[in-house]
Amino acid sequence: MSIEFENPKPIVQMQTMLQSVAENMMRPASREFDECEHSIPWDYVEFMHTAMKAVGGGGGLAPVDDRTNVSTDVKRPPIGYQKLAAQIEMLAWGDVGFYLITPGGGLGAAAVQAAGSPEQKAKFLARFNEDKPTYAAMCMTEAGAGSDTSAIRTRAVLDESTKEWIINGEKIFVTGGDKSFTEYEKLGKGFIVVWASIDPTAGRSGMRAFVVESGTKGVSIVKLEHKLGIRASDTAVISLVDARVPYDNVLGSPTVETNTKGFKGAMATFDATRPLVAASGIGVARAALEFLKEKLKENGVEIRYGLPRNKLTSVERDVIDMDIQLRSAWLMVLKAVWMADNKKPNALESSMSKVRAGDIVTRITQKAVEIMGPLGYSREFLLEKWFRDAKITDIYEGTGQINRLVVARQILGYTGAELR
Amino acid sequence: MYSFEPNEEQQMLIDAMGKYAVNDLRPAAHDAEESRELPKKLIGKGWELGLLQASTPEAYGGFGDRSAVTGALAIEEMAFGDLAGALAVMTPSLFATPILLAGTEAQKQEYLPKIVGGNWSPYTAALIEFNFDFDPNALKTSAKLSDGTYVLNGEKAFVPFAKDAEAIIVYADLDGVTQGFIVPKNSAGLTISAEREKLMGLNALPMYRVKLEDVRLPAENRLGGEAGHDFELILASMRVASASAAVGVAKASFEYAKQYAKERDAFGVKIAQKQAIAFMLAEMITEIESMRLMVWEAAWKLDNGKDDSAIAAYLANTGAADMAMMVTDRGVQILGGHGYIREHPVEMFLRNGRGFAMLVGLAIV
Repeated sequence: MSIEFENPKPIVQMQTMLQSVAENMMRPASREFDECEHSIPWDYVEFMHTAMKAVGGGGGLAPVDDRTNVSTDVKRPPIGYQKLAAQIEMLAWGDVGFYLITPGGGLGAAAVQAAGSPEQKAKFLARFNEDKPTYAAMCMTEAGAGSDTSAIRTRAVLDESTKEWIINGEKIFVTGGDKSFTEYEKLGKGFIVVWASIDPTAGRSGMRAFVVESGTKGVSIVKLEHKLGIRASDTAVISLVDARVPYDNVLGSPTVETNTKGFKGAMATFDATRPLVAASGIGVARAALEFLKEKLKENGVEIRYGLPRNKLTSVERDVIDMDIQLRSAWLMVLKAVWMADNKKPNALESSMSKVRAGDIVTRITQKAVEIMGPLGYSREFLLEKWFRDAKITDIYEGTGQINRLVVARQILGYTGAELR
Repeated sequence: MYSFEPNEEQQMLIDAMGKYAVNDLRPAAHDAEESRELPKKLIGKGWELGLLQASTPEAYGGFGDRSAVTGALAIEEMAFGDLAGALAVMTPSLFATPILLAGTEAQKQEYLPKIVGGNWSPYTAALIEFNFDFDPNALKTSAKLSDGTYVLNGEKAFVPFAKDAEAIIVYADLDGVTQGFIVPKNSAGLTISAEREKLMGLNALPMYRVKLEDVRLPAENRLGGEAGHDFELILASMRVASASAAVGVAKASFEYAKQYAKERDAFGVKIAQKQAIAFMLAEMITEIESMRLMVWEAAWKLDNGKDDSAIAAYLANTGAADMAMMVTDRGVQILGGHGYIREHPVEMFLRNGRGFAMLVGLAIV
């Protein structure tokens, strides 16, 4: 090993290919699907599914699939997560709303991968390689339980007579919930992973994830949210009323133990995906910064790199700061996924990359709109959309504040009880 | 391929430098700053660790090749101990590294063996000028070619160890381009200020004004000889060094504040258990880590001759300087009133941290 910063060839090739997808298929439709919220860009969905199957990457952008492919390759150092981060960054550069509806298992499949048995993995994950694009989603958040997932009130009770779980509760903010649960003709049969308590007195150790197949009786999409940004991606409210789920659909042990494995399974999913969420935000910020630089250039504004700070104009200083922020945040993502690829524990680096990205992508897009003046505010360009799209980076899969808490506990060696 | 792991050799150097920083530099830092005096033995011990020697090829008396990445790693470690001490140890590099990078064969043969082969000796360089709009690429000190000799005029500031220096590389403007010139001690027209510079920080590091009045130098004293040299490469190497030192100082402040926050009681808990403090620390380490990676990448680009290495070095330096300011300020803030008292080192880290935005040219990788 040695310190190196050469982007591996397979990643460069993949980026070139996806850039063309982004430019030709995503950007031209970006505005339309921002304005027609909840309509589905079928061209993109079907193209991506076919394309991913063609390169043997069926199952979409779930890290688990990519990693499985790569771990069989013993000759080269694994770069599965690095490749995935680069893919996501480039797709989000095209349109982050589209990226979020790239067909595949997403967080739902990631939960199965993290907490499921080999049989469950075989049973639930095979579908993503089939003919039709297929989705899975994670149902964690509730109206009264956001980052504090231990406050989840959805209940799962075992019906001993039928050996079925009966689930009751309401989940919100389910990314891709509609495409995962509603039966569309053009889509394969998906599922949602619902987090529920099998013993409310047991706190976190009573928390389990259940695979709920699309079309399950008693489960309904209550509504689709109207959002500030990422509007091509559906965000569902899902209600479960006496929903019956087969006994074997519980991920992890069906009984309450003293440890908090079930909950830790969910958290492990977040360790793996935080740098990827950071990568998606960075793609949006890069789009904004490149657009800004292009427009400045068109208007004869040159950025004089190399000058002392006090000789730069305000705009130059801003752009240079944005360059620094963007690159340093990307390097943090790269380090976190490189650690994942090399099986090094990366909970700290994952959260740091998310903290950093959440901060800088909002700052960069906000600043770019400011510098562009009326052009920045107009819907004639995508810049204002990227500003709205970027904001979610600091919110979903752990807000910036929660991630600061995770980072702080790690560096201080504190438990959740010691640092609340 | 990406990789974020130092190689074995680098790790050994990091470990040795880290030990020296913690066991030698840091314990001496407070008194050195107050007395404006670094013990000779302390500098000698750092010199013996052999960063410059390991960066100089055998042909010139060393035992390795220069690597900006290795240099950056070593500087961060030493600056973690004490910035003034670290800069003092590395002062000979200010003279030797540009010669290594851009010197003629004769210049290398003349200077490198005696610098790397012996004890620490004061060879130095003069880049900074005492103007608010000091710009390394637009120097006011001038060099003019006249009858086969270069004539230098101007004034340099913050030149480490200038008083005792055997020779100084003076950077001057030659027809709109910055070029280095080897100025031996006792050159006619060269005046070193009697008084040392008095700065906000770095008081242990002896620095001087250097005046040049019609200093005449033979043509072969131009760095790189007749053809001169690419200053961009040297400046980028200086920026990477400065940036890695900034990371080291910031880390020092962060670690000290973190430790303090874990020990200090308030309202029945440690102050680190308060989110107001814990979040500050989380942001500090996040910034430090992100800028360290910027520095590493810039250093790697320099080592690999990438086209954008100069811009990468500039961005790393600019970002690291801002980061060091933010982190060292918070270091003081976390200690509250105690942070303002000179018994704790965080106020010194703050004073040292402020310098990185303007003090390019005091170190080089």
